[in-house]
Amino acid sequence: MYKLTTRTRAGTATAIAVLVLILAGLALPAVASRGAIQDLFFILTMLTLAQLWNLLAGYGGLVSVGQQAFVGIGAYAMFAGVILLGWNPVWAILLGGLAALVLAIPTAFFAFRLQGAYFAIGTWVIAEVTRLLIAQWKTLGGGTGTSLPREATSNILGTDLIRALFGVREAAARDILAYWLALLLVVVVTGGIYWLQRSRLGLALAAVRDNVEAARSVGVDAGRLKWAVFLIAAVATGLTGALIFLQTARISPDAAFAVTDWTAYVIFIVVIGGIGTIEGPIVGVIVFFVLRSALADYGSWYLMTLGLIAIAVMLFAPKGLWGLISARSGLHLFPVRRRLAGPKIEGGN
Amino acid sequence: MWLDTLVQGILLGGLYALFAAGLSLVFGIMRLVNLAHGDLIVFAAYLVLIGVTLFGLSPWLAALLAMPVMFAFGWLLQTAVLNRVLGKDILPPLLVTFGLSVVLQNGLLEGFSADSRRIPAGSLEGASLDLGLVTVGVMPLLTFASAIAAIVALNALFYHTALGRAFRATSDDVVTAGLMGIEPKRIFAIATGIAMVVVTLAALYLGMRANFDPSIGPARLIYAFEAVIIGGLGSLWGTLAGGVIIGVAQTFGAAVNPEWQILAGHIAFLAVMLLKPRGLFPRAVD
Amino acid sequence: MLLETRALTASYGQFRALFGVDITVAAGECVAIIGANGAGKSTLMRSITGVIRNEPGMVLHRGEPIGALSSAEVMKRGIAMVPEGRKLFPSLTVEENLLIGGQMRKVPGPWNLDAVYELFPILRERRNNSGTALSGGQQQMVAIGRALMSNPELLLCDEISLGLAPVVIRDIYAALPKVRAGGAAIVVVEQDIGKALAVADRVYCMMEGRVTLTAKAADVSRQQIHAAYFGEAA
Repeated sequence: MYKLTTRTRAGTATAIAVLVLILAGLALPAVASRGAIQDLFFILTMLTLAQLWNLLAGYGGLVSVGQQAFVGIGAYAMFAGVILLGWNPVWAILLGGLAALVLAIPTAFFAFRLQGAYFAIGTWVIAEVTRLLIAQWKTLGGGTGTSLPREATSNILGTDLIRALFGVREAAARDILAYWLALLLVVVVTGGIYWLQRSRLGLALAAVRDNVEAARSVGVDAGRLKWAVFLIAAVATGLTGALIFLQTARISPDAAFAVTDWTAYVIFIVVIGGIGTIEGPIVGVIVFFVLRSALADYGSWYLMTLGLIAIAVMLFAPKGLWGLISARSGLHLFPVRRRLAGPKIEGGN
Repeated sequence: MWLDTLVQGILLGGLYALFAAGLSLVFGIMRLVNLAHGDLIVFAAYLVLIGVTLFGLSPWLAALLAMPVMFAFGWLLQTAVLNRVLGKDILPPLLVTFGLSVVLQNGLLEGFSADSRRIPAGSLEGASLDLGLVTVGVMPLLTFASAIAAIVALNALFYHTALGRAFRATSDDVVTAGLMGIEPKRIFAIATGIAMVVVTLAALYLGMRANFDPSIGPARLIYAFEAVIIGGLGSLWGTLAGGVIIGVAQTFGAAVNPEWQILAGHIAFLAVMLLKPRGLFPRAVD
Repeated sequence: MLLETRALTASYGQFRALFGVDITVAAGECVAIIGANGAGKSTLMRSITGVIRNEPGMVLHRGEPIGALSSAEVMKRGIAMVPEGRKLFPSLTVEENLLIGGQMRKVPGPWNLDAVYELFPILRERRNNSGTALSGGQQQMVAIGRALMSNPELLLCDEISLGLAPVVIRDIYAALPKVRAGGAAIVVVEQDIGKALAVADRVYCMMEGRVTLTAKAADVSRQQIHAAYFGEAA
């Protein structure tokens, strides 16, 4: 009996470990300090953004430098939902995802006409245009931005329960809620990408990335696939953006559409960790956070170091740190390669 | 009033063409997307500023002296870093130059602080010329003339020298260029060096016309790229046309509402891209 | 020996294209390499010219190892290539295409612009045209002229008759004796056995990445070639 499988022993171990980690993560606010929760929130949201950029560039071959457009529009839509429509912030996050989708459709229509480098710059320009347009929206503070009103932040869905559960203040409860939502988001996004990679769609995606013409000749519709990946990434990036600014409760066009925060950092995380793998962004975000903590007092040296490391990785280890680890140890925590499983074939080599 | 706006826009386009000429050169020859181009302009502006403030040179002399330094820097950058990542995949060079952009920005921030600086241009600042129908600033006029001079010089190099022939041949077909005895990597290094000389010229005007600080590079990169893409790959006159289109769009946008200046430029770019995705005057084949 | 390959192997990733090829070319000699599509002829040319890098000792020029040199370095030693498919530079005019062939190796010799125009007079008329505006045969002339401009010791011609009409092929082959008269050795890679045998002193036949026949062009029989070319018993 032979069958194609992606299952490996390391993969099974990972599945169990991930489950334990998720449960521990859910329970963590009971013991962790507010600072630790905030750090974790930061790590989880950056990881989500990194996985999404990796989905675009690493799997889809769509090198976007304009993902900050979706972070920003998601965040602003959430603020609009709260301030203009009076929605509860948690539900307004969903509005963020919807707004990102609405922006992503014309963006894709435009950007997909462009190839390679043109695509990268095109997405960046669209992000800039979106930022400049949002800065004209006076109701939401124009160029200087605005804050979530107190009555909205004090009244977020579920915070009462959290306050009762952990005996914390309102602000801390909001952090815990945001952290849980970030945990949910990162699990859904990472799990979704993993599922996508293992599905037939993932195979088609790999085929398109390697050779569009060849993929087309075996019946893969590259255009539709790119659309799907771009829209999915945009929606999830919008949700993440909304969540990030729910936690900060303050927004401005420069912060929400920051190319450094939402694209540069994210690209560095993916590159340093290892592009085109699930594990890469996880390794990358850990390195990123450790560096950030270690160099926090040195201002711009921190970003310089990050940039230099990213350059060095591209030059000397283009598959990133995870690529190095994986090549040395043969380890695949999230196995996607299809292998033939069954009794050993005798006489072969 | 409208004529005045139009003329200001065209002259502003000269500045953007200067920003873009080096980028166009490199992009045309090796399809390299240099995301650090804007930061390199700012870097060169600080180099000129050092010459002026530290050594008391005139801006022109300081820029002239900065040019060979920048050439060497570009040559080294290409040889030591960029040549290693050039290939079929556009991602590695994109990411490396993105890293370089961040390194340059923060290096400049560390070295020169976030304060706005300006290259003193003496009596030229604010001087203007009455041309009857419109009055134009001497500085914008000089910028535009320099852009044209730079493009004429680059085109002469490109179309009338053995080096230019090697540039074009390498741009067409790297493997066959090698069979002609041309080392593509050497050609790339020289091209980036030349691009950095043009960058220094752009930096001179950037610094003399307005304040600059370490953070303004990426915006210049976007303008430059828009000009290159509007003009079409590999056409320097196209790049000038692209710069002028963005410049005119910006001044007209600003005339309607000062907050719309940048936005109008971007929208002009998007409009051209929708109508002609390969730009107005494409020369080389991708 | 002007050029020699010793146990030359080459592969594209997992796929092995050459399995220990030994050929020699003496100064002034004309050698034909024949074989069917996929026999490894072009890979052999790419290995000699440094498009594919090998171990240094696998290719020798006047006894010196050149197997690991770049294309440019090989060319500067006097080994010029007329690549398969002509490969003119579309951004260059005919004359510029010719000039670029000689600009990186300036040595005294019989070939210059005038000499090439004398060899192929039609090119003088078309000198300011874009290379790609020419007919296939004219493009082939430019490609040969371009290689000659460096006054090479050895001219490698990869499939110069491919896709051309018989009368055009005749014109192009008529140029080769003049090239030899200028002192250059020639290697012609061909699928057209008749053409190859007509100009060559010696012939190598290749099949599946190996040399299957080495012979003097004057002595070789049709049966021998047939066997070496298609791998059937003579």
